[in-house]
Amino acid sequence: MTASLPSPAYPLERARLDNGLRIVLAPDATAPVVAVAVHYDVGFRSEPEGRTGFAHLFEHMMFQGSEHIGKAEHPKHVQAAGGIFNGSTHPDHTDYYELLPAGALELALFLEADRMRAPKITRENLDNQIAVVQEEIRVNVMNRPYGGFPWISLPPVAFDTFPNAHNGYGDFSELEAASLDDAADFFDKFYAPGNAVLTIAGDFAADDAMKLVERYYGDIAARAVPPRRSFAEPVRADERRDQLVDRLAPRPALAIGYRIPDPDTDLTGFLAHHLLTDVLTSGDASRLERRLVQVDRSVIGVSSYVGTFGDPFDQRDPLLLTVEARHPVESAADGILAAVDEELDRLATDGLADGELDRVRARVASVLLREADDALGRALALGAFELHRGRPEMLNELPKLLCAVPGEAVAAAAAALRAQGRSVLELKAGATS
Amino acid sequence: MTTMTERSSLIPAVRPTVPADLPTVVERTLANGLRVLVVARTSVPLVELRLRIPFTALGADNTAQAELLAETLFTGTAKRDRVEIATAVQALGGALSTVVDADRLAIVGSALATHLDPLLGILAEVLTGASYPDDEFTGERDRIVEDATMALSQPAVIAREALVGRMFPGHPYGSVVAEPAVLAGVEVGSVRALHAARISPRGAILTLVGDLDPAAALGAVEAALGGWAGGEPESMPAVPALTTGPILIVNRPGAVQTNIRLGGVARDRSDPGHPAQRLANTIFGGYFSSRLVDNIREDKGYTYSPRSGVDHYQAGSRLTVAADVSTDVTGPALLEIFYELGRMAVLPPSADELEAARQYSVGTMALGSATATGLASTLSGLAGTGLGVEYLRDHPAALTKVTAEEVLAIATSLLAPTGLVGVLVGDAEKITGAVAALGAVTTVLAAPAR
Repeated sequence: MTASLPSPAYPLERARLDNGLRIVLAPDATAPVVAVAVHYDVGFRSEPEGRTGFAHLFEHMMFQGSEHIGKAEHPKHVQAAGGIFNGSTHPDHTDYYELLPAGALELALFLEADRMRAPKITRENLDNQIAVVQEEIRVNVMNRPYGGFPWISLPPVAFDTFPNAHNGYGDFSELEAASLDDAADFFDKFYAPGNAVLTIAGDFAADDAMKLVERYYGDIAARAVPPRRSFAEPVRADERRDQLVDRLAPRPALAIGYRIPDPDTDLTGFLAHHLLTDVLTSGDASRLERRLVQVDRSVIGVSSYVGTFGDPFDQRDPLLLTVEARHPVESAADGILAAVDEELDRLATDGLADGELDRVRARVASVLLREADDALGRALALGAFELHRGRPEMLNELPKLLCAVPGEAVAAAAAALRAQGRSVLELKAGATS
Repeated sequence: MTTMTERSSLIPAVRPTVPADLPTVVERTLANGLRVLVVARTSVPLVELRLRIPFTALGADNTAQAELLAETLFTGTAKRDRVEIATAVQALGGALSTVVDADRLAIVGSALATHLDPLLGILAEVLTGASYPDDEFTGERDRIVEDATMALSQPAVIAREALVGRMFPGHPYGSVVAEPAVLAGVEVGSVRALHAARISPRGAILTLVGDLDPAAALGAVEAALGGWAGGEPESMPAVPALTTGPILIVNRPGAVQTNIRLGGVARDRSDPGHPAQRLANTIFGGYFSSRLVDNIREDKGYTYSPRSGVDHYQAGSRLTVAADVSTDVTGPALLEIFYELGRMAVLPPSADELEAARQYSVGTMALGSATATGLASTLSGLAGTGLGVEYLRDHPAALTKVTAEEVLAIATSLLAPTGLVGVLVGDAEKITGAVAALGAVTTVLAAPAR
């Protein structure tokens, strides 16, 4: 028996301009705000060897000026209109977005179009942003305990090829080697309108917005769109383990990476793994919380998630389900691993308990509804669904799709984790005393 | 000149946005003292719940007890154990979590809107009957000791502890993270006693926002929580007057960055100078378009995320300036921060700067209440400081009237570098020389990890 869950029902319209730019419109007049997002089909998996961190550095350069906008003026225009903005670099896309009062829609569309035509990048601005990115890496990775663990340090254990394994924040010397030619090449290759999705969500009339989109984006010249690369790697049969010493960390940590199905070819299996992470580590009633925190008391905290940054829907295959724990020095990694194995085996053999799947689905659906209530969250999700799956409607369909995943599929997902060669990374605490 | 005009005319004008109607807040104060605010918002079939309980932490023992109370509140009642409580909440599509600071204990939750009644039932069961089972308490205490140890290894936490310790010596605001050694000594009996004394509806405020019928929701709250009882809250002692003095360097040998933190006294939200203060802070370092970001990020490349902000607490408000800068530019970065502070304190902002900060402040307030979660948190926070929903209308109106002279007048007291205290967490051997050239310095060793 499957409980029915409330689903979002945001009206959607899709369009495509002659230059290839895909458009997603989601008008909703709940609040007088509007979100604009542009997703480009390039992330750090696509950056060239010898230029680690370039996709992220280039994201910074998109704020450094364009034909009609001076250095750092993009943020000033958005904020002086009462809005907020940012950009972020993911494995398979880079997004740029604004959330503003509804009357600022045309401004936001103009600003995104101006830099889609071309950012204006100078050597001085490039040097400035290389320094800023280095400070970003110092604050988030080098100067803090557990910095970059495990999003930077697990991929080289789990994967063999450069696109999947390398550090997306980048090596300092490779960042410093970035040239204006690199930037021009990268823009030319990956920032074509046909390689992008423009999403508008919030308080606007679709007809009016489409006219503005035609006005500002219609004359951006079409360019060749790079064929979508496969980053496929075989799922290993044998376990691989590695360790690192974090000299700032007072307690050890552990990350386990598992490969999961490609959502494009096995959506049900993929969603079963997504539900599995909630079965394992969502709240005090979840299985690893109970086992590791409450019974064994072997960890300080445990979490699990699908995707590099915890969003299952914002990247493509291959991707990992990660289980992450921090633990006291006295509690050995092997004991924690054995307990995780036992819990996965129990799930695989005995299946879910009565009511377990229903309550997990209810919570997952309620989180989805909550995120979609925010026009910006809605725009980012719609854009990612359009870019990666060609189906923005998935935002509305997800609760039903999750309800259609049977308990057996979740048990099978647990079995699939046990059947493969997992990747284990131990972080040794270098600051214990 | 012609070129400039043509260029700027290409950039589309922003049309005025008709503000959202002020949310209708239906309010009732129960006989036991609990104040209840309800807003119907039908955009998503969820309900958001915020409960604030005045919770004056008085000293280190009290802070540690409060932390453990918050972490173990949902670990058992006479009727249900920890897993049964969590199972019941999750089945509602729900979540309930607890956070505590020196001023208040907050329970934050949500659920599918059809499940408001059972959500309130679980909340009431815990508020009136949390049992803090011995075994659960002991396990959680050991875990929180480890957790606090990890938190205190983060440079941002070390810097915050050092700054509040410098600003509020001897006051409950002088520490945020309880000491692991103090946490380890807390007995379950003291937490049960703290619950009996402080988990009280007197002065507490429950805010519900979501797809609900206000009258029915009020009835459900009355039915679930009408029987909750307790004493009057304690009041927070006045904060000590800020005494300026040498810059404190907390030595973290080998650090590749210095965490620069400056702190000062700010005005409360009820102060007539609050709107001008908000704009002064915004122009200085309160948003990306600020002078601080323009200077030490976009011009000099010293730092990634420099910022300033005003925090409002029950017993006073404070300004914080923060920048994490590369070790080798610590002196130059501090110099530029002092320069920008001084410029705010002695010169008025330009008309463009003032207008941009004004539009940003008004616009982002509207963005903040555009979601059910945002509206619930905003209303709950306002209510906790004695402000009502009218603030969402009156504060933007006040912001539109602030003049450059008013911003200067506020900045002279808020941002003058001579009125601030400073804490730097970094490699003392490498940074002391340059910092000492800018002002007197004292150095202490960072507490090692345990």
